[in-house]
Amino acid sequence: MPGTFIEVKVDAATAANPDLARQLRESCPVDIFAQREDGQLRIVEENLDECVLCDLCKKIGPKGAVQVIKLYE
Amino acid sequence: MSILISRDTTFIVQGITGREAVNLVRENLDYGARIVGGVTPGRAGREIYGVPVHDCVRDICQQRGAPDGSVVCVPPRFTRDAVFEAIENGIRLIVIVTENIPRRQVAQMVELAALRGARIIGPNCLGLIAPGEAKMGGIGGPAANTRQAYRKGSIGVMSRSGGMTTEIASTLSAAGLGQSTCISIGGDAIVGSTYAELMPLFEADAQTEAIAIYSEPGGRMEAELAAWVSEQKSRLPVVAFMAGRFMDEMRGMRFGHAGTIVEGVEDTTAQKIRRMEAAGISVAERIEEIPDLLRRRLAERPTEK
Amino acid sequence: MRFYEYESKALFARHGLPTGAGSLAQTAEQARAAAAQIGGPVVVKSQVLSGGRMKAGAVQFADTPEAAARQFEAVWPIRVNGEQPRAVLVEAKSAVAHEFFASVTWDGRRKLPVLLFSDMGGIDIEEVAAQHPAHLSRTHFSTLLPLTERSAKEAVAAVGISGGDLNRLTPIVLRLAQLFLDCDLTLAEINPLAKLADGSFLALDGHVEMEAEARGAQQALLAELGIGEDETRQARPPTDFEREGARLNAADHRGVAGNVVEFDGDLGLVIGAGGGSLTLFDAVRRHGGRPANYCEIGGNPSVRKTRNLTRLILGKPGVGKIAVMMNVVSNTRVDIVARGVILGCLDAGRDPAEAIAIFRIPGSWEEEGFRILEKYGVEFCDRSVSMFEAAGRAVAKLGGAGA
Repeated sequence: MPGTFIEVKVDAATAANPDLARQLRESCPVDIFAQREDGQLRIVEENLDECVLCDLCKKIGPKGAVQVIKLYE
Repeated sequence: MSILISRDTTFIVQGITGREAVNLVRENLDYGARIVGGVTPGRAGREIYGVPVHDCVRDICQQRGAPDGSVVCVPPRFTRDAVFEAIENGIRLIVIVTENIPRRQVAQMVELAALRGARIIGPNCLGLIAPGEAKMGGIGGPAANTRQAYRKGSIGVMSRSGGMTTEIASTLSAAGLGQSTCISIGGDAIVGSTYAELMPLFEADAQTEAIAIYSEPGGRMEAELAAWVSEQKSRLPVVAFMAGRFMDEMRGMRFGHAGTIVEGVEDTTAQKIRRMEAAGISVAERIEEIPDLLRRRLAERPTEK
Repeated sequence: MRFYEYESKALFARHGLPTGAGSLAQTAEQARAAAAQIGGPVVVKSQVLSGGRMKAGAVQFADTPEAAARQFEAVWPIRVNGEQPRAVLVEAKSAVAHEFFASVTWDGRRKLPVLLFSDMGGIDIEEVAAQHPAHLSRTHFSTLLPLTERSAKEAVAAVGISGGDLNRLTPIVLRLAQLFLDCDLTLAEINPLAKLADGSFLALDGHVEMEAEARGAQQALLAELGIGEDETRQARPPTDFEREGARLNAADHRGVAGNVVEFDGDLGLVIGAGGGSLTLFDAVRRHGGRPANYCEIGGNPSVRKTRNLTRLILGKPGVGKIAVMMNVVSNTRVDIVARGVILGCLDAGRDPAEAIAIFRIPGSWEEEGFRILEKYGVEFCDRSVSMFEAAGRAVAKLGGAGA
């Protein structure tokens, strides 16, 4: 589910990779990414609208794997 | 020339690895600041945007001699120690960003600075800027925003509110009045440098032709400025904006900064306005009146022979 | 933050300052018992934070326990400046030979603590300063050097006191100064400081204020005195609305979206920062607007924090619209605030375009913020519209809505 202002899409392969998921969790200053018990990525919906557009997450994984979409555009 | 800082000013950032400090370092570097090092105990060897991090101020001073200044962004309970460390290592200009420092500790820092011939700006301030030259502290925010709000010119700005320093500068810039140096002096009841203590520097600065200040209820700083202006027969016209007029009716209630409370008559805006006007300071009710008041006062100056 | 007289005296006693025998009463029976235990004439004093209780008749004398009970009944219902007494202090009445004044406070100009001492105690010290300046001494002391008798002695001697009185007063004044420093006070005052018929000294009344910044460091002391964490100890106690604002602000450490003060108007204010809020509040009133609240946003709060503040303000009965205004921002982000206030409106079941009278926050990330506002149809302006003008638009809009 997207937030009101921000939606984050992560491709399936990246989300399933525990190492990339950890990097995403550590990179986000507003805790949009968490990990499930099996290490897979979980997006924390209630934090989506806190996104500060720092783009740090976009530098992780293959190019285009993580998309930050501004829903107000 | 600006006052206190210039293009050549070197400084360090104490508490450089903190969230706000990291931001401040980037913004200052982008504006052209010469940040020669940073300090966070236990983090020596790291770099923040190319600025080397050290454990002690001494390590930086031993390598290259004492820098001109330090911006202190450490949490309140460590601030006194950080400021003592800067002063005892020979640094002479210290900008304290941290807020919520108990007054006794502020007094101790100020007392030591006076003993050692150092100057403190703040605490609870955004620092200072010489537009087009350098800035030291978070004043103005990102470099692009800073350039939009602050333009080089002849007006000196001093403010107890960091945010209103930028609002005033932005209003002046839009009206075609640039600034020589703008100083966010801090919102606490005791600050390292008051309006009256900074006035002699502006007075001696050839670039500065007039002063704009932001003032508010609480304390004696405006009365001190009024006394200085009339006793020294200052060459600089001063225009003050007075905020918080509603507080005159609300004694004992604190609004805004730590130093902003009306307890006695001397704290009220009405009394401050009276004192300043008696000293020849023009008092504006709206920010947008400041440029015209400055222009009028500048035009009224006796022509120099 | 102010202390009640009984708390001030507990603090004095803890630091070896002489205070009289007394106890608190909240019923006439307790007052009678307290007087009986003291066994002699007593003074019955209302415990309020505001000044002027003597003039209000909230300080009375009684010679017997029965009279003390009657005086309690007389004092208890009296509101001093609208303030209900927390308790009544019943204290032994002393045989006073002379009244002095001793006080320690900060001198913001000299940036040092200053000892004020006078041999004309019991009356308004401002009056002594104006009418009898030779009877009031001001002695500054260092915060770096150890505090020693010298400062206290000079303060007392400066008004012409010598002999045994000087030597008895010096340690009292010294302890008061030490107490001031140790407890992060902004005021430690004994007035009157009485010399009794037997030559000893006693603090008859005390006035202590601690700085809010020191609450953390002085936690143990505040707990010992029974001062609760939610007691703001300002000129008036906080309202429920203000308490909720403080709770929401404290729930998230990122930035500030709080310092809420309740007023009774219809225009909700989501404003910032410290100086900007003062400026904007004045501007709204100058335009004839009636603010429903004061508040401060600063230091880049999270979206959630601004959202909660907005919902709180919109939920206040009588609030028609909100005005979202700040000075040109540097570290607070326009887009983050915009998201917060829009979400707060939606939470409150309001259309942001209708609920937000004006959005005037120029500065950091403004293009991004303005895009968000456009999408929701919220009226906004940049720095070309002054703070004063923006406030005027908000007030006009509320009037137009017929609220």
